[in-house]
Amino acid sequence: MAVAFDEMNGPGGDIRAAYSELSRWLKETPPDALQYRRQEAELLFRRIGITFAVYGDSEAQERLIPFDVIPRILSAREWTILEKGLKQRVRALNMFLSDIYHNRDILRAGIIPDDLIFQNPVFRPEMNGQDVPHDVYVHIAGIDIVRVDAEDFIVLEDNARTPSGVSYMLENREIMMRLFPDLFARHRIAPVERYPDELLAALRSVAPRSASAEPTVALMTPGVYNSAYYEHSFLADKLGIELVEGRDLIVKNDEVFMRTTEGLKRVDVIYRRVDDDFLDPLTFRPDSVLGVPGLMSAYAAGNITLANAVGTGIADDKAIYSYMPDVVKFYLAEEPILKNVPTWRCREPKDLAYVLDNLDDLVVKEVHGSGGYGMLIGPAATKATIEAFRDKLKREPEGFIAQPTLALSTCPTCTESGLAPRHVDLRPFVLTGRDRTTIVPGGLTRVALKEGSLVVNSSQGGGTKDTWILDE
Amino acid sequence: MLSRTAENLFWLARYVERAEYIARTIDATLRVTALPAAYIGKTNEWESALLTAGVSQSFYETYDEANEHNVVEYLSFNPANPSSIKNCVEQARLNSRSVRTALTSEMWDTINGAWIELQEVWTKGTTSREQLARFLRFVQETSLRFDGSAYRTMLRNDAYWFSRLGLHLERADNTARILDVKYHVLLPEEEHVGGPLDFYQWSSILRSVSALTAYHWVYRETLKPWLIADLLILNDTLPRSLASCYGNLVRNLDQIGVAYGRQGPAQRHARGIRNRLEHSHMDDIFQRGVHEFIQEFIADNARLGEIIAKQYLI
Repeated sequence: MAVAFDEMNGPGGDIRAAYSELSRWLKETPPDALQYRRQEAELLFRRIGITFAVYGDSEAQERLIPFDVIPRILSAREWTILEKGLKQRVRALNMFLSDIYHNRDILRAGIIPDDLIFQNPVFRPEMNGQDVPHDVYVHIAGIDIVRVDAEDFIVLEDNARTPSGVSYMLENREIMMRLFPDLFARHRIAPVERYPDELLAALRSVAPRSASAEPTVALMTPGVYNSAYYEHSFLADKLGIELVEGRDLIVKNDEVFMRTTEGLKRVDVIYRRVDDDFLDPLTFRPDSVLGVPGLMSAYAAGNITLANAVGTGIADDKAIYSYMPDVVKFYLAEEPILKNVPTWRCREPKDLAYVLDNLDDLVVKEVHGSGGYGMLIGPAATKATIEAFRDKLKREPEGFIAQPTLALSTCPTCTESGLAPRHVDLRPFVLTGRDRTTIVPGGLTRVALKEGSLVVNSSQGGGTKDTWILDE
Repeated sequence: MLSRTAENLFWLARYVERAEYIARTIDATLRVTALPAAYIGKTNEWESALLTAGVSQSFYETYDEANEHNVVEYLSFNPANPSSIKNCVEQARLNSRSVRTALTSEMWDTINGAWIELQEVWTKGTTSREQLARFLRFVQETSLRFDGSAYRTMLRNDAYWFSRLGLHLERADNTARILDVKYHVLLPEEEHVGGPLDFYQWSSILRSVSALTAYHWVYRETLKPWLIADLLILNDTLPRSLASCYGNLVRNLDQIGVAYGRQGPAQRHARGIRNRLEHSHMDDIFQRGVHEFIQEFIADNARLGEIIAKQYLI
């Protein structure tokens, strides 16, 4: 594997412009001071209760995501490109979803094979021909971006269902400003604190037509035991909206109400952080106690907006991912600004043969997996693991895709033995309302804290960094 | 506000108040049992601690003997006891997490901070009297901080009023339970028994509701059992008296009624109890029987909890 591109120390060893001030500051600051701040940050996080739960880990029911105090910095120029690319991508995702659940032009044009849609468990036949308010499907998208050099931004994954992590973007900034006021004074950093306002505006703008002029928005959570519960309560608080669970809602005459101390109150928009499967036991999983019976029929009647819409999983499915450059071209007649990682679809015999021959070098992912679970990183895996994966692949090739192992870019990071480069990715959050798409300049930078590790997922030992977009 | 949010706030306040009350009970019991037997007689004070906490029955499902070690363990740490301090703190934190959006950061910080602090006590327990005393003090201070931060930082709206309802309902229940267990030492007929034996019982009752100093300021008298009963039941200047709790319950329910533009059975029921307390005299209560009076009160108070739940929380 090639040496990774470091975002501070460029290829020739020169400090890249966006990092010049940080680099100077790091030289002036004694290492002890950094360690001390790091501990202080951890204390703050624990005190505020910014924790997450790891499924199947009863020992540590609430854990902290490690926070690295060294910021990750992008220049204004880089951000401009990224922003354009993200807007383009999310526009295409929304058009794709509307098309898939209505005319299906893209299937008729032969760009995506039919069975990849119709045999896909995340495709929702309930959504066929159903209009969603203002034709917006993905109101909140989290697009995972990686870099391998100074030029390109590459999309690793689209998250069009219930992307999480934005609370870390906001809290990381707050904590950095508290810990390093002088460092902030030496930079001009685009603020991120508008995000809750932008989100609320986007959500209100897509209220159904039957809503009153002042639509009521609520955030729906699976409850306190959900791994992202902190984020749900954090956002509800920042948006000033009720944090509801399924049991707080009731459907009457195809309208959705919440139970309040003053009786029932109509809800117009639900920012739901509950998966499709658990939304309505009458339509989806009958054993779900998280959902609201009748919610889908209120949705069909056009009396409630669900954000994101039901059935968006078909757009961020890893098998569909490989078609995204074509999807962008098909709907927008533009060249995609953001690249895709070259992807082998194991469902295609030619690709499968290649993948089986090169397992040592490839990353193999489950088509429906997420959170970094169930994936094979060839170069880091043992022989036995690779052989086990080979069997799985042969048995069910359509369940997998493979990609080259990317030398993800690195950023300086605090480690036990001082500053060292660690691999990072970036998840900016793209908001789509009735008439516009906005992105707060920044995002969540995740960092693989283990030396050499490429897995940034918090469930797999990843940490986070504050992400600075310089305002020039 | 969401009914579930109101319910969580209501119970959050109840659990914090209960934790404090249990801590006070243990404290007062430790104090009285430290006295030579000649001063306190043959009653098992640990047994009455269980009774005032309302967990005597479940205690004997696990333990044979009500001694200091067993009772302290059961009241403080035992997860099988729904009213143990540990459970109260755990429940309070869980409720806080569910309604974080309705709490001020000061309130959350108090509960979450205490919860973090106490993890060590849960795993290691308390090995000395000194540690136990520190733990009990910490629990009481947490309750004071929580109450204080609610009072100083919450908006004066339904969220605040529901949390106050929980507090005063729980407090009234606690005071009534002490009276229920100890009423026999407060009966005026036993006045002639007097002596050191009852004196320490009386001061212990007052201590468990932190009213020993208050007693002297109110009555400027030596400890007299009927005055103690008067203080705890009818004197509305004492924050833990039944009369004061009901003054607050009526006021908070009225505030909710005004804000929502309508009254209901909860308002009427609370006013009924308050009026009865207002128009009672200790003489009549003694005549009719303190025990009956208290038992009736406990039932009425529990009934108010049910009515509030039905009217607002479900």
